[in-house]
Amino acid sequence: MDFYSESLTTALQLIASRDPDVVSAVTVSIVVSLWSTLFAALAGVPAGVAVAVAEFPGKRAVVTLLNTLMALPTVVVGLFVYSLISRQGPLGEFGLLFTPWAMVVGQTLLAIPIVANLTMSAIKGADPRIVPTALTLGAGPFESIRRLVLEMRFGIMAALIAAFGRVIAEVGVAMMLGGNIRGHTRTMTTAIAMETGKGEFALGLALGLILMAVALIVNMALNALQQR
Amino acid sequence: MKMYRSFAATLVALLMLVTVAGAEERLKMSTTTSTQDSGLLKVLLPPFEKKNNVKVDVIAVGTGQALKLGEAGDVDVVFVHARKLEDKFVADGFGVNRKDVMYNDFVIVGPKNDPAGIAKAKTAAEALKLLATKGATFISRGDKSGTHTKELDLWKSAGVDPKGNWYVEAGQGMGPVITMATERRAYTLTDRGTYNAFKGAKTDLVILFQGEKGLFNPYGIMAVNPKKFPHVKYDLAMKLIDYVTGPEGLKIISDYKAHGEPVFFIYKK
Repeated sequence: MDFYSESLTTALQLIASRDPDVVSAVTVSIVVSLWSTLFAALAGVPAGVAVAVAEFPGKRAVVTLLNTLMALPTVVVGLFVYSLISRQGPLGEFGLLFTPWAMVVGQTLLAIPIVANLTMSAIKGADPRIVPTALTLGAGPFESIRRLVLEMRFGIMAALIAAFGRVIAEVGVAMMLGGNIRGHTRTMTTAIAMETGKGEFALGLALGLILMAVALIVNMALNALQQR
Repeated sequence: MKMYRSFAATLVALLMLVTVAGAEERLKMSTTTSTQDSGLLKVLLPPFEKKNNVKVDVIAVGTGQALKLGEAGDVDVVFVHARKLEDKFVADGFGVNRKDVMYNDFVIVGPKNDPAGIAKAKTAAEALKLLATKGATFISRGDKSGTHTKELDLWKSAGVDPKGNWYVEAGQGMGPVITMATERRAYTLTDRGTYNAFKGAKTDLVILFQGEKGLFNPYGIMAVNPKKFPHVKYDLAMKLIDYVTGPEGLKIISDYKAHGEPVFFIYKK
């Protein structure tokens, strides 16, 4: 069995025929990951800036915690969110389990530490004179920090790209919280896991190739944005 | 700036897709992997979905987990194969209106040269006893699925406590277990449907024991009890149950073939 040539052919056929299952898995993967990255940006960037700029007791502990959270196993996040949103859990009444939104919640939790950490590193690596200079020139503290973030936009963009890369490639949260429902919560990664389970290795590899291509295209687009 | 704007527009359009997809009514059904992996649900569900303008969300897991999802109220319908567990599920008040749907049977597969010689066995229990005494590698689902439950029953009736280097608990679905058995030249218990889907290109294991009454594998469908979980879509669940066990559903099931062979059989009335 020549998995590699067979899977390459399969991948090209799937793309050429715009196979509806593949199109849907690609769309779900991208949409869910974009939402997660967006929410993670809203929470993670301010958190990263705050930790980098502010001086407070226990700061080192917070930094260590953020570093540890970056290594969160996806199944742990999946399990934790599952226990919250199952009908038996405290948020059960919303019926979130096995919907795309459940995956967004889980993936956002995965992405926040990455965004916060990398934002923090970017700000720390910035010219330390930006904030004092802005303050001297008459800017308020809020405006000074806005200047700092603007100055650091490439670093923050890199943080978002890293977060997007993490969530689009993960399978634990997507499988446990999404339930791998065809056409609804089936992503590229859960489809690969399922096809492999069914013994369809060539099809699994083909989907893997498509996932890599999607990741490449998205990153190229983000890179192009970053160059501007 | 232009690029920013078109990028933002694409982003918004993409993000809308998820929201739009949520507008239709959805029914959640947990089921065993065999109904999905055999390809049956792909032909059985669409006519129902079309007629009732509903999407059936299939969560395919082992029977044990499928029932657990019902016990938690996380699904509306359960479609599985483990009669004893199903009856308990209903008796405990989690499920209502259980109905027989179809059946197939379990078979014991293994390497063609049959090192433990189970092909000569008279009963499934005898076959398993042979595996244990010869220490032939056996891959167990080990995941509380319907197949695993059946397997444990068979070990019990064989009077064997399956433990030791030869007994491998995979903790995975039927497909991965067949693959594992193929790679390790081992024996395993599988439902005929999944085996038929694998036979040939995906596995060279052959059926070495079959056709005993104890290997009968009936499937049942039931609604999650609305008295216990007021949020479940009971009426829609009953519509699905009536469809699957009605003439239209049963015809699709008995007509369904994989690799030219029927996968599931319906009860003659």
